[in-house]
Amino acid sequence: SIIKEMAASSAVTADYVLKPPPYSLDALEPFMSRQTLEFHWGKHHRAYVDNLKKQVLGSDLEGKTLDHIILNTYNNGDLLPAFNNAAQAWNHEFFWESMKPGGGGKPSGELLALLERDFTSYEKFYDEFNAAAATQFGAGWAWLAYADNKLKVMKTPNAVNPLVLGSFPLLTIDVWEHAYYLDFQNRRPDYIKTFMNNLVSWEAVSSRLHAAKAASSSSA
Amino acid sequence: MAIRSVLSRRTLSSLKESSSKLLGLRGIQTFTLPDLPYDYSALEPAISGEIMQIHHQKHHQTYVTNYNNALEQLDQAVNKGDASTVVKLHSAIKFNGGGHVNHSIFWKNLAPVNQGGGEPPKGALGGAIDTHFGSLEGLVKKMSAEGAALQGSGWVWLGLDKELKKLVVDTTANQDPLVTKGGSLVPLVGIDVWEHAYYLQYKNVRPDYLKNVWKVINWKYASEVYESECK
Repeated sequence: SIIKEMAASSAVTADYVLKPPPYSLDALEPFMSRQTLEFHWGKHHRAYVDNLKKQVLGSDLEGKTLDHIILNTYNNGDLLPAFNNAAQAWNHEFFWESMKPGGGGKPSGELLALLERDFTSYEKFYDEFNAAAATQFGAGWAWLAYADNKLKVMKTPNAVNPLVLGSFPLLTIDVWEHAYYLDFQNRRPDYIKTFMNNLVSWEAVSSRLHAAKAASSSSA
Repeated sequence: MAIRSVLSRRTLSSLKESSSKLLGLRGIQTFTLPDLPYDYSALEPAISGEIMQIHHQKHHQTYVTNYNNALEQLDQAVNKGDASTVVKLHSAIKFNGGGHVNHSIFWKNLAPVNQGGGEPPKGALGGAIDTHFGSLEGLVKKMSAEGAALQGSGWVWLGLDKELKKLVVDTTANQDPLVTKGGSLVPLVGIDVWEHAYYLQYKNVRPDYLKNVWKVINWKYASEVYESECK
């Protein structure tokens, strides 16, 4: 019926939404400034969403979900035009939700046990995640991801994310310069440590891990 | 005997140390941060003094330091015949060496207004620009558009293709020098569009940076390079 069609089309275009972070723009201070959030979320993230909407209008990608666009425009690394905006829209929403006020530090319970299983210790994971984020040259992201029942650290350039590389993203840090330049200027290592020590939302990582395990067991 | 009494054991051992360091570094020239031919604030208001200082003293210096480290590791690996380490080092050399090469050109591409910054190119280069792009405005429009559209980090270039004897506009990713786009390409003007080049002043509005940077472009230098390559 028409109503069903309308509901379906609004559901998929609802994907291209600039969702606010799950906290106010000043809530991460002093570790990530309100000014950074105003620009990073309010300008950069917003532009990816707005530009994506314009870009897919009238194309065969119009009305498709964000995930669909990302997977279909990655094209094995020979990126099609809509990839950048779509992936960056996805990555940034994932990034805001990877952080929380009063976050950071060592996780506990099942997550800590898995980090210890797959990295030997939390400290080894910390070092590996830090190194990935520090050595991603130019713009990009570092990730904790899940694949083949294992946790792993990944780093990706520009807009690339683990979805197109066959892994479930669990945690990310944005290492494009715009993510840290107002607060840290060139000092990316300080930004990374601050993120790890004070911002990571292990609750978000946990719930994503549960979803990833459920998804991989249902497709097994 | 007299020498022995003057040279203490500490001096001898430190002499040994530094001579073995020299041996280890034989044939390897290390690099230093070039000085800017103008004050950090001399390019204002187009580019802020704050940006120029951090860009030069932090970003460019880091490329130089890391390039030297990579070269030292390369030298050791070459001497040991360690082929896989030599190959593994290639990306550190490209990133950091490229960063040093590109920024060294960039500081010469810029000049304060009272030293000719922004003055349109005359002579052979001016003529070539009109021939290939219709006008200087046409070139500026094209370079600004390509610079704005570049995803992630990189550079937008005006280059001379020595073989085809024509001017080209091209972009490179990250710190790839222009020559990685073509062996016969000579960089004339490069504009850094990494966010560190403009963020503190222009924030997310890269097009505004690209509009303003032309006011401090040193066309005299670009002309000199063009004329010497055209001989």
